[in-house]
Amino acid sequence: MPEEEQGRRIGRGLFLATVAGGISSLAWGKAAWNAVSSTVSPAVGTLAPFLPTEGWRIYTVSGSMPGFDRATWRLEVGGLVQQKISLGYDELLALPKATQVSTFHCVTGWTVKNVHWGGVRLADIFDRVRPAPEANGLAFVSAEVPYVDFLTMKQALLHDVMLAYEMNGKPLPHEHGAPLRLVIPDMYGYKNVKWLNRIELVPQAENGYWENLGYDRDAWVGRSNGYRS
Amino acid sequence: MSYVKRFSRTERTVHWVNAAAFLLLLATGLALYIPSLEVLLGRRPLLKDIHFWTGVCWLPALAILALLGDRRGLLATARDLDRFRPSRFNVGQKVNAILTAAFAVLFTISGLLLWLGERDTRFRFASTVVLHDGLFFAAFVLFVGHLYLVLIHPATRHSLRGMTVGTVSEEWADRQYPRWVESRDAG
Repeated sequence: MPEEEQGRRIGRGLFLATVAGGISSLAWGKAAWNAVSSTVSPAVGTLAPFLPTEGWRIYTVSGSMPGFDRATWRLEVGGLVQQKISLGYDELLALPKATQVSTFHCVTGWTVKNVHWGGVRLADIFDRVRPAPEANGLAFVSAEVPYVDFLTMKQALLHDVMLAYEMNGKPLPHEHGAPLRLVIPDMYGYKNVKWLNRIELVPQAENGYWENLGYDRDAWVGRSNGYRS
Repeated sequence: MSYVKRFSRTERTVHWVNAAAFLLLLATGLALYIPSLEVLLGRRPLLKDIHFWTGVCWLPALAILALLGDRRGLLATARDLDRFRPSRFNVGQKVNAILTAAFAVLFTISGLLLWLGERDTRFRFASTVVLHDGLFFAAFVLFVGHLYLVLIHPATRHSLRGMTVGTVSEEWADRQYPRWVESRDAG
């Protein structure tokens, strides 16, 4: 049969072009998505509100998310301190409230801009517990066992580090770590411990959950974990 | 009513193993992706393991089935898909098959990069998750279109019989795929 009648051989070209285009998107996909997401995301969000169109992905490391009972929940702060404290949820809310708008970066590549957080600064906690001079690190222990991560004292006192109990004007949602999570916008999400219920002051920062699996301890956005900005 | 052979046993096995893997990956993928499902179901580590291992086994399983089955028949089908002219398949079906195959390759590559990236920074790219998610949306659109045509659309839904029992009615084949019937009669 003549070539013309058999039809043009396009199939393998289409296959290879699709595969090549997909692989090349590893270089430009995020920039392209950033360029269109402000238009596309709200439209998709209206059509399918259950999709994570705001950009959030929910990651957990155990089989279930920790629950929250307002009556019994407590935040314990101890370790190398002069005064251990244990705060109930309402006592936490009674502390001086700070608010901020910051961007949340996940190490896997997704980003959520303009997140409104409300919560307390660690300095206000330190005023009450009075850290011992040899305390140079903090362990943030999650109710999601075995999740834990650490900051140095200097990192914990950065101006926009917060223990957040509010997100976008509402109590922190369950999947975002209710009732309390750590927020450190300059570092990737895995340092932003969810379901926080204990803070231990320790001599030095150590490796947390993901750092034990090879992630960087100092998880600066754009300057760690293989990324360079 | 007389029937004609439409899909070989190998083609049907490859199709249904591919469909089963796709559905399992879709279900576990959605459970990992949609926050409300994640809250409802929990068990992320287990779902992640099922998703990962299904993905790892997906293309090798199809390759093994192809090697053990009617290889020559599959090669002839592949050559037919290459040529954009109505034959045993119409051009839309050819585009669907080719994109589905390319997406499977890209899903596997981007999925492996996500998995390796959790373990080694050399495999970590900021766009991997965009590619994996984009593929999901594109593949989902093809999948919904495919389901509509084989389950609902009156003129085409008879084709499901070809992929289940292997045969379709001669009269339907004549209407839908005249060139295929012509070439069968000629051959």
